[in-house]
Amino acid sequence: MAIIRTEKLTYKYSEGTPFETTAVDHVDLEIEEGAFIGVIGSTGSGKSTLMQHLNGLLRPASGKVIFDGMDIWADKSRLRDIRFQIGLVFQYPEYQLFEDTVYKDIAYGPANMGLSESEINERVLEAARFVCLDEQQLSQSPFALSGGQKRRAAIAGVMALRPRVLILDEPTAGLDPMGREDILREIKAYHRETGCTILFVTHSMEDIAKCTQKILVMDHGSVFCYDDTAAVFRRAEELEKIGLSVPQITKICSRLRERGIQLDDNIYTVKEACRQLAECYNKRKAGGTDA
Amino acid sequence: MLKDITIGQYFPGSSLLHKLDARFKIVFTLLYIVMLFVGDSFFSLAIGIAYCIFALVLSRLPVRLFWKSLKPLLPILIFTVILNVIFITDGKVYFQLGIFKITEDGISTAVRMAVRIIFLIIGSSLLTYTTSPIQLTDAIERLLSPLKKLHFPVHSFAMMMTIALRFIPTLMEETDKIIAAQKARGANFESGKLIDKAKALVPVLVPLFVSAFRRAEELATAMECRCYRGDIGRTKMKQMKSSCRDWIALCITGIMLAGAIAVNTAF
Ligand SMILES: Nc1ncnc2c1ncn2[C@@H]1O[C@H](COP(=O)(O)OP(=O)(O)O)[C@@H](O)[C@H]1O
Ligand SMILES: [Mg+2]
Repeated sequence: MAIIRTEKLTYKYSEGTPFETTAVDHVDLEIEEGAFIGVIGSTGSGKSTLMQHLNGLLRPASGKVIFDGMDIWADKSRLRDIRFQIGLVFQYPEYQLFEDTVYKDIAYGPANMGLSESEINERVLEAARFVCLDEQQLSQSPFALSGGQKRRAAIAGVMALRPRVLILDEPTAGLDPMGREDILREIKAYHRETGCTILFVTHSMEDIAKCTQKILVMDHGSVFCYDDTAAVFRRAEELEKIGLSVPQITKICSRLRERGIQLDDNIYTVKEACRQLAECYNKRKAGGTDA
Repeated sequence: MLKDITIGQYFPGSSLLHKLDARFKIVFTLLYIVMLFVGDSFFSLAIGIAYCIFALVLSRLPVRLFWKSLKPLLPILIFTVILNVIFITDGKVYFQLGIFKITEDGISTAVRMAVRIIFLIIGSSLLTYTTSPIQLTDAIERLLSPLKKLHFPVHSFAMMMTIALRFIPTLMEETDKIIAAQKARGANFESGKLIDKAKALVPVLVPLFVSAFRRAEELATAMECRCYRGDIGRTKMKQMKSSCRDWIALCITGIMLAGAIAVNTAF
C-alpha cells in the first residue's frame, strides 16, 4: 500500500502579490512503503516545496497529502506526530545546528518526542553510527566540525527520530566528491538496515543512478515523469531538454550506439557499461570477421 | 508567517509615482506627515487623506497590499484607540461606568488618532513600495550631504542602511527556513508556557545569529576585494536628476500643505 499519496497538490508562494509563483502544480503521487525514490528536477522546479508538503510544513493551497490513509491536515494536533514519522532533512541542514555539542544537537529531535534519557541515548548513538561520527566527534561543538561532518551530524539529527519515511533535500549539494560518496553510501546502508522509505532529492542524476528504484522527475512545478529508474534513463534526451544532465556514462553509451555498437539504451552505471561492452567484445571475437 | 509582512518591500513598476525622483518622494512623505498632524480639525485631516489617496491611485498598486501592511499593526492601533477613549474625559458624556467615562472628546480624538496612524502607515508604505532600496538610500545620502560639513559620516550611514535593507528579506527567508527545519525535528512554537516559548526560540536564534555574522564577514571581504574605501573618490553610476514633473509634484504638495494649514486656522 502507498504510505504517502498526494492528490492534485498545488501551492503558490506570495499569493495575492505581484510576485505570485506557482511552485507546485496539481501533483498526483504515490509512494510505496520501503522504496528508495529519487527526486530530480532543475533548480526552481519545485522539489523542495513539494517535500515540505509531505510532512505538513507547508499547507497546500488546494489538494491533499494523505499519509497512512489519512489526510494530514484533517487533524492539526496530529501534525507534530506526523513530522516525527516523516523525517525531513532540509537543504544545507548544517545551518540549523545550534547546540554546544553534536550529541545534544542530535538529541534535540528525540527529546522533543518526549522519550526517556536512555532511549534518547540509544537513538543518538545509533544515528551517529549510521553517519560514521565517532564518540570524540559527538562531544565536540558542531561548529568545530568540517563541512561534510556538519552535514552528517544534521542528517543524524533527523535519523534519530527513527522516521518511517526519510526525505533528504539535496544532501550532497556543495560537497566534494569524497563527501558525496560518503553520504550516498551511508544513506544506502541506512535504507538497507532500517528498510524505511527514502526520498532522495537531487539535481544530479549521477548521484541517484546507482541506488534508486524509482525516479520522480519534476519540471516547472509538475510531475514530468514518475517511473522505474531504467525507464526514466531511457528518456535521456527529453531529460536534457528540461535542463537535467544525464550521467556521463549514459552519454558515452548512446554515442557508441550511434556508431553501431550493440548496447542497451538504459545504461547509467559504469559497471553495467563494462559488462555489456565486454559481452559485445566477446561476441565479435567469436564472430570473427565483422569488425 | 513572516512572508506576509510587506512593510518596507519594493514592488517594481512604471507608474508616475515610481518614476519620481527619490529625493523628492522623501520630502513629499515628510511634508505629508506634517499635513496629517498639523491641524486638529477634520477638514485639514481630509486634505492629507485626499493627497494620500491621489498618490495611491497614481501608484497603480493593488489596495490589498496596503491592507497587508496595516494588518500587523492593528493591535497597536486598537490599543491607542482604547487608551484615548478611556483617558480623555472632557466633553459631553455618552456613557459612564464607575470612574470610566466615554465622552465626545474622547471618541473624536480616538478617531482622529486612528485615521492619522492608518494614513501614516499607508503613506510611508507608498514610499517604500514605489522606491527601490538603492534609490532610497542614495536619496537619503544626498539629502543629508550638508551634514558632511559637520563631520557626520553620511556615506557610511547610507551604506549601512543599504546593507540593512538589502538583508531584511534574506534574513527573513532564512528565519523561515530555520523555523521549518526545527519544526521538522519537532520544535513546538505554539503551545506551552511563556518560558517554554522563549526556550523554543533558542534553536532558531542561534543559527540565525551564526549565519548573520557569517554573511557580514563574507560581505566585508567581498567589499574589500573590490577596493571599497568609503566615499573617497567614489562616483555614482546612476546620477540623480530632477525633472519637470518632480517640481510640479512639489508645487502640488506645497499648495496642499498650505491649504491644510490655512483650513486649520480658519476653522
Ligand atoms: N520562500 C519562497 N518565497 C517565494 N518563492 C519561493 C520561495 N521558495 C521557493 N520559491 C519559488 O518557488 C519555485 C520552486 O522552488 P523550490 O521548491 O525551492 O525548487 P527546487 O527545490 O526544485 O529548486 C521557484 O520558482 C522559487 O523561486
Ligand atoms: Mg531545493
